[in-house]
Parts: sequence; C-alpha cells; structure tokens
Amino acid sequence: MTKTLTIAIMDPPYETAATTTALRIVDTALRQGNNVTVFAYEGAVNLTMRAQQPHANPVKGTSVEEEQHPTTKDWIASLFDLARKNGAKLDWINCGLCVDERGAGDWIEGPRRGSPKDFYEAALKSDGILVIPAK
Amino acid sequence: MKILSIVETAYRATLEEQDDTILWLNHSLKNNGADVSLLLRGNAVNYTVGGQNAEGLVFGDRKLAHAPEPDKDLEKLIAAKVPVYVVEEDLRERGLPWNKLIGGLEKVRRKAVPALLDRFDQVWHW
Repeated sequence: MTKTLTIAIMDPPYETAATTTALRIVDTALRQGNNVTVFAYEGAVNLTMRAQQPHANPVKGTSVEEEQHPTTKDWIASLFDLARKNGAKLDWINCGLCVDERGAGDWIEGPRRGSPKDFYEAALKSDGILVIPAK
Repeated sequence: MKILSIVETAYRATLEEQDDTILWLNHSLKNNGADVSLLLRGNAVNYTVGGQNAEGLVFGDRKLAHAPEPDKDLEKLIAAKVPVYVVEEDLRERGLPWNKLIGGLEKVRRKAVPALLDRFDQVWHW
C-alpha cells in the first residue's frame, strides 16, 4: 500500500551530512513507490539552485571531468526521475520567503514555491513526518 | 606563522564534497606555503581509521563517482609534512585501537593539549 512521507529539511548544500541522509530516505521511499513531500526551509532552498556547477579539485589534481563532483540539484533531479519511473510523487516545496531573502529563485524543474501552510497541510495528510533541522 | 587547525566535527557533507572540506582546506593551505598542523579530536578522530569505504551512494540513477577517503587524505597530508595529532582519550572512548589507524599520527593526551596549543601562533578550531 502506498504511503506518504513528509520531510522538512533546513541545511544548505555542502555543509552537513543531514542533506545526504534526507535524500537517502527520499530515495528509498520513492523506490518502494511511496509518495514524498519535502519542505525545504531556510538554507535548504539552495539545494535545488539551477546554477550549481561541478568543479575541479586542485588539491587532488583532478579536472572537472575526472572529479565528477556531485551537485545537490542533480541529485534531486534524479530523485524526480526516480519518482516518475516508479509511479510515485515527489512534491518538493521551497519555502518562498526563504527563497526571497536569499535571492534563490532560479531552481531546476520540479520544485515548487510554497509556505509553512503547505508543510502543515502535507503533515496532516502524511503517514509519517520527519523533521531534520539545522544544528 | 605556525597554525594549528583543530578538526572536531566529522563527516560534514563529505559525501556531497567527496572529501572533508577542512582537511581539503588545510591541504590547500599547505600547498600554498602555510606552516599548518592538524589536531583531530572528538568524532574527527574516526578519520584516522584505515580502510574506510563509503562507496555505493546512489540517488535515482546518479551514482557518486568518488567516495570520500578521509584516511587516505590524512596520509597525503602526513606525506606532505603536515603533523597530524590525535587526542588519545577520544580514540579510546570510541574503541579505536592504535593498530587499526593509519601510520604517521602523533598521539596527544587531553591534558597535554594546552601545551600543544602554546606551540602555535594561531589556533583555528573548525
């Protein structure tokens, strides 16, 4: 039976392990055909920024091509693809006020602008809620 | 100028970055001429365990190309003549035996840390 999970995340990209942990949970839920709502709050709205680019690693001496540095926007785009393949829904909500204060409005295809009200409504309808705050 | 970088928080976005950003930063500083040393304390002492393997991360169809290797990055820092100190009690409290760690480390007792700090012009606690 399909379940719906809502996850709130706060951390910006490239700062903590929390984002990877959250995305792992999202990946697993979607692989099992479950629906997932993500409420990206505060710094987490930067996870889906379109302009993210991989870079070389001068300490390791690797080029951009060799380094294949991940970007969170590509990880999340891949999760949207996974949802489509598995007949599940990924509803990624970027907190609008958080977006505005950061000038972070240019994101990849998939996420939508929302508000705490959307998070509350998702929580009401979900089978499980997981809050992963910034520490 | 002698700098001591203290690394306490471990595995901070290491999968997103494919390495530890503070070890990386210090290696970059060393490459640019800085006289830098490292002190690992708290959970960061786990970076000294040899043979770590964080491969296998996949989101959808996208696989992580290069898993972080903090143990090997430390070995490269040591090879670059960066002294790497590790707090002995923090190893013991985490059940990390000396024979499981990489070579070239310098153990320091917790009570000896203040004296170690005195040997540096600047101390950066990450």
